[in-house]
Formats: sequence, structure tokens, C-alpha cells
Amino acid sequence: MTIDNPQNFGSDRPSEASNFNINLAGRYKLDRIFESLTWIAVAIALLVLATLIIDVLADGLPRLSWDFLNNFPSRKPEQAGLKSALFGTIWVMSVVAAVSFPLGVGAGIFLEEFAGDNWLTRIIEININNLAGVPSIIYGLLGLQVFVRYMEPLTGGRSILSGGFTLALLILPIIIVSTREALRAVPDSLRLAGFALGANRWQVVREHVFPLAIPGILTGTILALSRAIGDTAPLITIGALTFISFLPEGLQSPFTVLPIQVFNWVSRPQREFHDNAAAGIIVLMVVLLLMNATAVFLRNRFQKKAS
Amino acid sequence: MISNSSHPVTTQAALTAEDVNVYYGSNLAVRNVFLEIPKNRVVAFIGPSGCGKSTILRCFNRMNDLIPGARVEGKITFKGQNLYAKGIDPVETRRYIGMVFQKPNPFPKTIYENIAFGARINGYQGNMDELVERSLRGAALWDEVKDKLKGSGLALSGGQQQRLCIARAIAVEPEVILMDEPCSALDPISTLRVEELIHELKQQYTIVIVTHNMQQASRVSDLTAFYNAEATETGNKIGYLVEYDQTQTIFHNPTEKATQEYVSGRFG
Ligand SMILES: Nc1ncnc2c1ncn2[C@@H]1O[C@H](COP(=O)(O)OP(=O)(O)OP(=O)(O)O)[C@@H](O)[C@H]1O
Ligand SMILES: [Mg+2]
Repeated sequence: MTIDNPQNFGSDRPSEASNFNINLAGRYKLDRIFESLTWIAVAIALLVLATLIIDVLADGLPRLSWDFLNNFPSRKPEQAGLKSALFGTIWVMSVVAAVSFPLGVGAGIFLEEFAGDNWLTRIIEININNLAGVPSIIYGLLGLQVFVRYMEPLTGGRSILSGGFTLALLILPIIIVSTREALRAVPDSLRLAGFALGANRWQVVREHVFPLAIPGILTGTILALSRAIGDTAPLITIGALTFISFLPEGLQSPFTVLPIQVFNWVSRPQREFHDNAAAGIIVLMVVLLLMNATAVFLRNRFQKKAS
Repeated sequence: MISNSSHPVTTQAALTAEDVNVYYGSNLAVRNVFLEIPKNRVVAFIGPSGCGKSTILRCFNRMNDLIPGARVEGKITFKGQNLYAKGIDPVETRRYIGMVFQKPNPFPKTIYENIAFGARINGYQGNMDELVERSLRGAALWDEVKDKLKGSGLALSGGQQQRLCIARAIAVEPEVILMDEPCSALDPISTLRVEELIHELKQQYTIVIVTHNMQQASRVSDLTAFYNAEATETGNKIGYLVEYDQTQTIFHNPTEKATQEYVSGRFG
């Protein structure tokens, strides 16, 4: 490849003395190869996602109606709806958020800001990182034993509370880890500035570190909640796969949730139920998007306040 | 009190260091520092990089406590009190001995909040607006920011930010201000303003300033401490105090050859 290089600076030195091989053409070629590779990666990801969404929309949209949202499950596919699952999801997710957010953020703040660096905190850290990778069904087994059986007087057995606690446990490590990362991203110079004025740790954290970390913490929390909202295995393990044709009356009520309802419909032989499942997935995605939008909104508000 | 005749004891001592050794982990970073910082004077710390100027500075307000593994041996006194004695609360110590850092680090909040924070956490009872104005005037910043007190502290220029940090430090009415290379990120004009400021602050505060700028040391300080570092067989560098005297003496008639070489720029 010959490039007619207009910027010929010439050389003051004899050419054999030069140790540099500029090779612009070759470097640009590498550049382009990597650019195409990354572009292909993006394209594949988008393609898969688009196929999925189009497929679901094609199957589910015709089925989507007010009745579908407002009906309880039924043996007749055209009358079946997901009212109980939608409400169940909202109830369970409220419990999950109310439990996991304060616990996770609190633990993250403690580990990152207050706890010293000793063998105990290191062991805790390793364990939390490992817990984040434990399959969700294991949490289901734990929830079954602890929340459904041991704590039955409190939780009411296979109830919203048990489900919420189980999912909260599942995402706790994620929230802790992302809280710590958000805190770590706050420059140390701000902490030092606070301490140098005679602030103690709590004052520094509350006034200077935490406000800056909130956007990151919220992002992590919402990712964690998105995982919880779609996770079925632990809830099936604690026995939430039942026919529920009433709204939850309280935290101790039995319940079902959207992904379980979808799972239920998918596993039936009739084609109509499969369309119901697709429509259920659309509802689930809308709920997820709403949740993410709330998080983005909150994050932007805090970001504006912080600067 | 140190009874060393070469040490210039002019007035009452604000801070003293008696045989101070500082370790990071198992490494000795600075050894055997004896020093007496008189009240209402400006003391400059000079010396090559890595000789422990910042380390010693941080001993005076116990900021070393915040560095994992850092350990201070010896005695540091503030108005006769051993700062490292049992029962001394570092949080309270830092309210009396403020600090200004090398890089301006205002809080990402309003200018007003930057000043008010320290006062608020230390239980200030008086009129906050007055305190903010007084502190900003004290740091020669008031005229530049009086119309934008509710604006972000980060929207100021580097020099203004550094003066904001000084204003923030004096808002809690400390007795000593430690400055670690406060002008190293500033342009010459801002540097001059900060130096003028130091001259004025001297009336009310004791100031210890670390600087790599020889002219600055000779311009602003009354006393100068020259530190150096020596390498051990294992390759570690250990800092120590070479000479401490009137700035005039250090710059024009030092006792040690190393000092002479350093201040005249013929070092290493
Ligand atoms: N946080 C730390 N952890 C471990 N070692 C440190 C730490 N801070 C400083 N040291 C070591 O202590 C010695 C003195 O460092 P110090 O920062 O006090 O030097 P200095 O005189 O302020 O240098 P400079 O002029 O470059 O700022 C150096 O050898 C440095 O490596
Ligand atoms: Mg330093």
C-alpha cells in the first residue's frame, strides 16, 4: 500500500541512523480490524435482542388487553390473566427492595468506610464475592428451610415475606459489592479534607462520600432488583408455583409472580397459553423498564444535587 | 522543651517534635526529628522529594492515623500536650490544627457550604453568614465570590479553590494551619496571592508550610527546616532533619554543607 503522504517532514538524520519504523499504513489497518470486530460484536448482540423482542411482540401483543391485566389465571386461555402475578410481583419486589437496600448499602458502607483492613474483613469480603456467584436455586433451598420452615410463625410459610426475603438474600451480595465500588470511586482527597476539619468518620461519610456515591449505588441496586424480578428458580423452590386466583391480602399471603406465571403458561401444551406467556413477558419487560426509568430519574436528581 | 541552643527559641512553642520516628508498615520513613515551632511564626519545610516532609507534617494533626500501617514513635506536643498520649482524640486535635492540601480539594458543594461544613460539625453557635464572610475575607477571596456564594466551589479557578480551602480551614478557628505544597498547582499570580495571604494569617495563626520553591520558602517563612534522606544498605531511604534555623541563616549562612548545596540549587 502506498500512501501519498502530503506531510513529508523529511529527516535531518541519515535514514540508516533511524531506529523507528513508523508503518502508518499497518497501524491504521489494525485499527480498522479492531473497529470492525467490535462493531460485529455490537451487531450480533442487537440482532439477538431484536429477534427476541420482535418474536415476543408478535406473539404477545394481540393478547395484551385490559382484561388480560385484570383477570385472574384460568383454565381457559382466552380468559386467563395475570392480575395476581402482577400484584404478587409488586408486593414481593417491595419487600425485596425494603430489605436488601438498607442492609446491602449499610454493609457496603461499613466494609468500605468503617471496617479496618484485617483478616476478618478480608474473609467477609471473599465470602461476599463468592456469594454473588452462587446459583439462585441454592438461595431457594436456604429460603425454604429458613424462611418457610423455621420462621413460619413470622413469615406465614410460603408467603410474600418468605419470597421477598429469599430474593433479598440473593441480591444482597450484588448490592454490597456495587455499593463498595461506588464508595471507592469517591476521591480520597474529599475524605481527607473532611477529616482535616475535625469531622469524624460518620460526618465525612454522610456529608461528602455518600451523596457522591448515591448515583452509583442506585445503579447497582436497580441492576440487582432487575435480577430479582426475573428470577424464578428460588421462588419455585420455596413453593410459589401454585394456582393463585386472588390478590395478596398481606405480607403473609401466598403469592405468585410474573415469571412464574409465564413459566406456568409456557409449560402447557395449548398454543393459546403460549401467546399468554408472550404477553406476560411483555408486561414483565414493561415493569422492568419502569423500574429502570425510576432509577435513572433518581440518579439524575441526585447527580444534579451533588454538583 | 528542647534544650538545644542551635534551635531558635524566640517565643512560646506551638508545636514540638521530640525524637519522632515514623514507620510505614515495617519501613522507617523518617527518623529522630527534633523540632520546635514557635507560635505565630511561619515555618517552611524544604528538602528533596521523599525525605519525609509531608510525613512529619501529617504527624502534627494526626492525619497519619488515616494511613493503614503508619506508626508514629516519639512525642509530638501541641501547647505542651502530647498529641499521641492516650485519651487524646484526633478528631478534636484536627479542629485546632487545620490542614491545606497540595491539590485544591473543595467539596463538590456550594462555596457557602464549603465554609459552613466545618463550623457546623464542630457545633458553631454564632451567625453562619457572618462566619462565611469573615472566613472568605480572611482568605482574600470575599470580593471575588461574594455574588456567587450559592455557586459550586468547583466552578472556581485553581487559585481561588486553594484560597477557598484556606478559608474553609480558618473557619473552624484553628491555631495552627499545616500547608502541604499549597501552591504547587497554582500559577505565579495565584501563588503570590496565597503568599500574601500567609503573611497576613501569621498575625493570628501558626503556619507550617512544605514547599519545593526556594524563593517561596525565603519569602514567606521565618524559620526553615531542611530535611534530607539517606539510603540504607537495603535500599530504603530514611528521611531526617538536617538543619533547622532562621530562614535567613538557612539560606545565607547554613551550618551544614548539604543545606548550602540544596538551597543554592547544587544538590545531588
Ligand atoms: N502512605 C504511604 N504509605 C507508605 N509509604 C509512604 C506513604 N507516604 C509516604 N511514604 C514513604 O515515606 C517517605 C517519605 O514520604 P513523604 O511523602 O513524607 O515525602 P515528601 O518529603 O513529602 O516528598 P515530596 O516532596 O515528594 O512530597 C517516602 O519514602 C515514601 O515512599
Ligand atoms: Mg510531600
